[in-house]
Amino acid sequence: MTLEQQLTKPLSLDRRIFSYSMSAIAVLFTGLALLPLLSVLFEILRQGLPNLKWEVFTNLPAPAGDTSVVGGFANAIQGTVLMVSMAALFSVPFGIAIAVYLSEIGKSGSIAQTVRFVLSILSAVPSIVVGVFAYAVIVLATIFEYRGFSALAGGFALAVIMLPIVVLSTEEALKLVPNHQRLASAALGANSFQTVFKIVLKSALPSITTGVLLAIARASGETAPLIFTALFSQSWVEQILNPTPSLSVMIYNYSSSAFPEQTQMAWTASLVLLGLVTVTNLLSRLITRKR
Amino acid sequence: MTTIPPQSRTIPDSIEGGNTAWIDLVFAWGLRILALSAIAILLWMGWIIFNAALPAIKAFGLGFITRQEWDVNQLQFGAKTYLYGTIVTSAIALLFAVPIGVMIAIVTSEKFLPGWLRSTLGFLIELIASIPSVIIGFWGIFVLIPFLKPIQSALHQNFGWIPLFGTETFGPSLLVAGTILAVMILPTIAAISRDVMLAIPQDLRTASLSLGATRWEMITTVLIPASLSGIIGAIMLALGRALGETMAVTMVIGNSDQVSISLLDSGNTIPSILANQFPEALDELHIGALMYLALILFALTLIINMIANSIVKTFGLKQ
Repeated sequence: MTLEQQLTKPLSLDRRIFSYSMSAIAVLFTGLALLPLLSVLFEILRQGLPNLKWEVFTNLPAPAGDTSVVGGFANAIQGTVLMVSMAALFSVPFGIAIAVYLSEIGKSGSIAQTVRFVLSILSAVPSIVVGVFAYAVIVLATIFEYRGFSALAGGFALAVIMLPIVVLSTEEALKLVPNHQRLASAALGANSFQTVFKIVLKSALPSITTGVLLAIARASGETAPLIFTALFSQSWVEQILNPTPSLSVMIYNYSSSAFPEQTQMAWTASLVLLGLVTVTNLLSRLITRKR
Repeated sequence: MTTIPPQSRTIPDSIEGGNTAWIDLVFAWGLRILALSAIAILLWMGWIIFNAALPAIKAFGLGFITRQEWDVNQLQFGAKTYLYGTIVTSAIALLFAVPIGVMIAIVTSEKFLPGWLRSTLGFLIELIASIPSVIIGFWGIFVLIPFLKPIQSALHQNFGWIPLFGTETFGPSLLVAGTILAVMILPTIAAISRDVMLAIPQDLRTASLSLGATRWEMITTVLIPASLSGIIGAIMLALGRALGETMAVTMVIGNSDQVSISLLDSGNTIPSILANQFPEALDELHIGALMYLALILFALTLIINMIANSIVKTFGLKQ
């Protein structure tokens, strides 16, 4: 075979078959991975939309088996918002302060390295273990002479889950602030406290908001740590030391219910919860895209 | 380089308007203490769970891991059933999710498809990760179980002689739980593997292709070997997630307290039993046994995530 013949010889059949079949498998697998996503979205819309009425947001759950009343889950929305707010109230300032330390003061020092490592470990602790922790600390303890399941315990668990997300994303945001802004502030005579609060945090605010929103989205969907810290209740939230309903626990409780209308309500609640989470996620993406 | 003596840096009071150096000092120390308290939270968590587990640790010792009994009335507890379920479902999840996840990483990192389609695919896959797991579990009950039931029955009828498929299914099973876990850890494997592959220098690809390799020969002989340690890191992170995943598994696994070798039988995992029994746990030893299980899970995921983090970190990647 001459050199010319060798160079222009087409690819051998088995190499061609290998190439084509691998491409086919790759595309097939990617399509396969999208199936569950599409199926989840389709099913939630199909089952949840017909019952999405205004009453759902204003009424308490109807008593089981009673189909004469239009049931809702306003109390579950109230409980979710309450517990996520409590968690955010603790984890956002605390998390931002830690992130300021990591990016402005500790930098690559050994303390900062250790804190970063611990936070990445903390973010990987299963949420149910965080729930167990909150159960041991608050449900089993006696606080203000109350003992038991409460919004406080649920909020505490969610705060621990949110903290690493807030810190790690805020640190990334602070790193993006150009150094000359810090230098300019210092050159004008500001101390580090003023530089951080008036210059660095201000210019990183949109990206920090992104991280906070992601943490909130994550916390609003959490169920495992709430099942045995906040428990559930069928009535309005009256105070933070009582068992407290939440959307996610409601979906879990109603998912295996014998009453079809409760299952229907769980689909509607899934639609609302997924909508809440997705809107928060998209909002956070939009905020950073603008910049 | 000469260092400037400190006194030459002091500014006359009239210009500075008062010495504010103490503010910086207080600020720095305040933040340092807050940062250290993040470490304290992790230690506190370990300590609290260990302490609460102490009654069970004293009663059953290390033998807890191999005991199968779980009787709340007789106060006899063992972890075997739950440990087995946790490991088997996670293994099934990896079996499904690793090949699919790596394929997605290849499709989204190499130039098979136009750029916009690649980024859309990546976005959609990562969207799965943001769906709350209780919703995935709910979908599992009403869509996945009915869908898999005939497949499970067929497996039993044709391969029933293999112990793994030795029982007739009634719907919820270890196999369904493993499948749902695969769906949930897929985004982790796909996203991290893709980042690893994108970090492989373009030159390596070009070199391989110019030596006459086809695209897939380049992928299998150059790309995958070069990114292997990163992919393993991704798999470990996904495994950590699978071991601790609670809601979706609890809702489709059937929650039985028997160890059955058959994947078509219902089972239980550590997170599932915690979710199921904590709300009603009253006895100190019962709570202790559950805490002991939580401690085992905590230690297991801690070790796996530390290994995964160090592998991924040596690759210079973020999670």
